Amino acid sequence: MVDYLVVILSSGLMSNAHPIVVFITAGILTALPIFLFMAFFALAAVYAERKVSAFMQDRLGPMGQGAGFHAGKWGLLQTVADAIKLVIKEDIIPAKADRKLFILAPFIVFVGAFITYVALPFNQVIMAADFNIGIFYILAVASLGVIGIILAGYGSNNKWSLYGAMRSAAQIVSYEIPAALSILTVIMLVGSLEMQEIIMAQSGTIWGFLPNWFIFNNPFTFLAFFIYFISGVAEVNRTPFDLPETESELVAGFHTEYSGIRWGFFFLAEYAYVFIVAAVASIVFLGGWQSLIPGIMAGPGWGLFWFFAKTGFLFFVMMWFRWTFPRLRVDQLMKVCWKFFLPFAFINILGVGIWDLFVR
Amino acid sequence: MGVIHGEEMVLNIGPQHPSTHGVLRMKVRTDGEILTQITPIIGYLHRCFEKHCENVTYEQCLPYTDRCDYIASMNNNFGYALAVERLMGISVPERVEYIRIIVAELNRIASHQLAIGTFGLDVGAFTPFLYCFRDRERILDLFEMLCGSRLLYNYIWVGGVSHDLPAGFVEKVYEFIDYFEPNIQEYNDILTFNKIFIERAADVGVLPEDVAISYGVTGPNLRGSGVKWDLRRHDPYSVYDKLDFDIPVGTGAMGTVGDCWDRYYVRIREMEESAKIIRQALDQMPREGDVHEALPKKVRPPKGSVYVRTESPRGELGYYIISDGKPKPFRLHMRSPALTALSVIDEIGRGWMLSDVLAILGSLDIVLGEIDR
Repeated sequence: MVDYLVVILSSGLMSNAHPIVVFITAGILTALPIFLFMAFFALAAVYAERKVSAFMQDRLGPMGQGAGFHAGKWGLLQTVADAIKLVIKEDIIPAKADRKLFILAPFIVFVGAFITYVALPFNQVIMAADFNIGIFYILAVASLGVIGIILAGYGSNNKWSLYGAMRSAAQIVSYEIPAALSILTVIMLVGSLEMQEIIMAQSGTIWGFLPNWFIFNNPFTFLAFFIYFISGVAEVNRTPFDLPETESELVAGFHTEYSGIRWGFFFLAEYAYVFIVAAVASIVFLGGWQSLIPGIMAGPGWGLFWFFAKTGFLFFVMMWFRWTFPRLRVDQLMKVCWKFFLPFAFINILGVGIWDLFVR
Repeated sequence: MGVIHGEEMVLNIGPQHPSTHGVLRMKVRTDGEILTQITPIIGYLHRCFEKHCENVTYEQCLPYTDRCDYIASMNNNFGYALAVERLMGISVPERVEYIRIIVAELNRIASHQLAIGTFGLDVGAFTPFLYCFRDRERILDLFEMLCGSRLLYNYIWVGGVSHDLPAGFVEKVYEFIDYFEPNIQEYNDILTFNKIFIERAADVGVLPEDVAISYGVTGPNLRGSGVKWDLRRHDPYSVYDKLDFDIPVGTGAMGTVGDCWDRYYVRIREMEESAKIIRQALDQMPREGDVHEALPKKVRPPKGSVYVRTESPRGELGYYIISDGKPKPFRLHMRSPALTALSVIDEIGRGWMLSDVLAILGSLDIVLGEIDR
């Protein structure tokens, strides 16, 4: 996308401008839709989450009531109203907080999520930049947010925040490893880190009917999908792994002291990370924009549809987790990671290597 | 390699905290995630219940008893009414006895639903809480139909009950029991036998039998430790001796006897037993009769003192009343089961992690209104 725009801009509108100016303009033009998408996704996701949780719990969720000023039909405008409330809320910085770190933290968390979107292919053509280390880049920058979380916990000068930040750091860093190792199995089979190549490698069928997605490719990648997805849920701090912000223990975890739009940035970033995990899982293991029935409904428009359908489904599964399971304890969380996921992830890599050599 | 000891940090849990079940404050020393000392500090909800009672007449004490254990108002009314009746030496008509048992057991179910629901919240499960509230709502509707209130009923009076059962109430209760009994399986499916829940609750916060007895812990917490002790059976009051029910005790099915899971599961089983009791009481209850028959014109007990204990959803709820022959009690003391339950928190919670201690607190099912009075 950026490359395209650079070519278009320098040949047309900005033909006389300096190449760097052209590049920055192209970058901003690409970033803006991503930002809007993040904001829109957060609104839609919160609405979906509230409705899904309500239906799972025998409730109605947000509903518009009666005549006059209300949240729209079926409460569709509820999250918009919430967002407006967040923006106009008083900005509170605790007197004893470390001001600089406190202010900086939400931006780091947000930027960590934001720059990850650069490498996400939404369909065959829509992608901010398709570079040759796509998946590696995503894994690398997605965990940048943890720095912001630690800063928030430390800078708030609140014991609950500190607890949340410490838990979060331990959790994200731990679960990064099985997640990355699971993706490695796919990279071994594709032989490339480029996102589009990974998706291209999943075209066609197995035994004539199963789509040739990596989840169906062999038993090891099948297992890898589950390890990645569960690790991903842990990485984005959602139930049953939502220890950094356990509302019943740590009040609100690392963002206890945040309010208004600063809190909003954490919130935005949280849902952005959720989207990233679901999107990466659907790209790497479920064929991204590849159609469910190979060869049919395969255009770029359908690609967008398939990508969002798969990502949306995985997001729904995350909500399902959240509204079904209790929460693990911090030592149990670490046990799951280091004693089960990590050994299995290593076995997977070995297994895929053997599979690639002898079976395929 | 030796054990590493980090610096200890003092942490205040509460009084404003999402899972202290009210305005409890706990001062804890933490070594990382592990708590080395827990000091509960109470009194944030103290409303001078006992002193108030010395200044109002016996009938006027009743609404105050509602406000002690506000989750189980009926049971509080029940205990107080029994105490005054015993002091005065009056007995109530049989119909009243059954009505009292029906409402008290309904309230026990409602209270246990809140207990297991909030315990679920403490370990991070949100949905079971709302399942419980969905069913609790029906009980509250029944109570609203009965006496107009949904939380503080002031229904069981000295010598009777405030209103007779409204038309159609008995059928509605039957309907509720039929609806509710299968629903317990739903709680079990979503929470009780969930693997993560068992991991969180089993073997955690074990309250051994001897510790429970020496601290004076009663009710489901004591039964969770494997002691078969239920005042409805072992010191029967009202017409409980005519009713057939089991006393569930903790068996250590998922871990050790007396762990959080046992305390939780005893409550689930008690809801089943309560449903059984209600069904029998409805069957046996005389359909006709005056509920105000024994209601005295003026409550003025003779000189003397009485201690009456009843089995509230939280354990042994005792009322000790000293009368000097005047229309106001000379002294009234309430033995609060939740207070004794809270007192073991340091004993059984020390050395566990922060998350566990809040789970243990949840499993003890305390109500601050009753602790602080």
